[in-house]
Amino acid sequence: MRQENLFDRILLYILIPSVFILLYLIFIWSPVEKIMGETQKIFYIHVGTAWVAFLAFFVVGFYSVWTLIKPNMNRYIYAGISAEIGVVFTTITLLSGMTWGRASWNTWWSWEPRLVTTLILLFIYVAYLFIRKMDGSWEKIAKLSSVFGIIGCLNVPIVFMAIRWWNSKLHPVVFGEGKNQSGGGIEPEMLATLLFSVFTITILYVFLMRKGAEIEKMRHIVKKSKNKLINKLAS
Amino acid sequence: MKTILLDALTIAGKDLKGELRSKQTIGMMLVFSALVIIIFSFAFDPTSNTVKAIIPGLVWVITIFAGILGLNRSFVSELENHCLTGLRTAPIDPSSIYLGKVLANFSLVTSVQLISIPVLFLLFGYRFTGSYLWFCCIVICGTIGFIIVGTFLAALAANAKNSEMLLPVLLLPLISPLLIAGVQATRIVLESLEITDAISWLKLMIAYDFLFLAVCFLLFEYIMEES
Repeated sequence: MRQENLFDRILLYILIPSVFILLYLIFIWSPVEKIMGETQKIFYIHVGTAWVAFLAFFVVGFYSVWTLIKPNMNRYIYAGISAEIGVVFTTITLLSGMTWGRASWNTWWSWEPRLVTTLILLFIYVAYLFIRKMDGSWEKIAKLSSVFGIIGCLNVPIVFMAIRWWNSKLHPVVFGEGKNQSGGGIEPEMLATLLFSVFTITILYVFLMRKGAEIEKMRHIVKKSKNKLINKLAS
Repeated sequence: MKTILLDALTIAGKDLKGELRSKQTIGMMLVFSALVIIIFSFAFDPTSNTVKAIIPGLVWVITIFAGILGLNRSFVSELENHCLTGLRTAPIDPSSIYLGKVLANFSLVTSVQLISIPVLFLLFGYRFTGSYLWFCCIVICGTIGFIIVGTFLAALAANAKNSEMLLPVLLLPLISPLLIAGVQATRIVLESLEITDAISWLKLMIAYDFLFLAVCFLLFEYIMEES
């Protein structure tokens, strides 16, 4: 227990200064983009949250497989918390992406592969959380939700491929791919800011995950002792 | 493997026999799909030229909406008189229950499609010029994928009290790639465009069908284990 607290504390001490440095990097240090201007700054937050949104989903899938193989309360809790954080980050990704799209594509929403994949990802997450809200023993829900987590995880790449074939025009390809395998390219300062943003948001995710799991465990303990007390009073 | 298939056929036969006697679910599905067509005729003027553009989507919308009705019933009806517990305790592989249900649901939905799709073309005054063979191929591949995932999730949702509400929420995001592929392929065939494009969509659907059949087949016993 003590060691866990230490780890959390270290995370917190890294996290707080990182957030401030990140804000400084984004808004003051990094250069202003030539064509899009200030709105391009959304990009740093957008990419970071999108990365964590997909990472969180991957973690859900991973813990789902593990829970199915060896049912364990902790794994079950981690999968659920990861999904909850995933919903938040996916929503942020979508909202920041929409704001950015409004500024640079002049439309709030375009039916473009990554957008639609992210939206469907959000719905899969929400569906997953609905399953976890079913009543019944945690063993039963752990099994059902894990099964859904695995299927949902498998589905995400297929959704992406399908929508990519369907229509792909707007999203800027910044890294790799593109016509000449270079994409739009990026300034070194911008890249540094972006990497730092991804790093900070990932730390935030790990921190939220640990805290969330702790709260969930406490909730289970309270529930257990409550039941015990009720039984005692009833008898 | 052979026993699994035989048991699956027995279960599918049982379901279909019950359905043939009561004709409740299939009747509801037919009426519902007819109503969906009528509602869509209010939403889009059926006399205008826009109809051509929405027909491929409509084919899938009626399949999925009517299909969800049938899927909802397939496991919830087993809860009466604890039939599901009976199935679970029967000396058969849980996967055969799944396969049997898939077969039963598939025949149910295809028989609804056999009536509702011609009715759709009839009511919207659509002249079919594409190739029948490819059209049937695409519809069948799409429906199989829909039923594979749908049956699995129906079994999952049957554990919840509000399973009728839960099933569409679980199912629709998961079948979205299938839906995209289905609608695009159907459009290509109906508009008699280049068939090779439709084939690549068809391949996507077939890959989806096989992948999810395998995964659902393996995972089904975890759903059946718990009561």
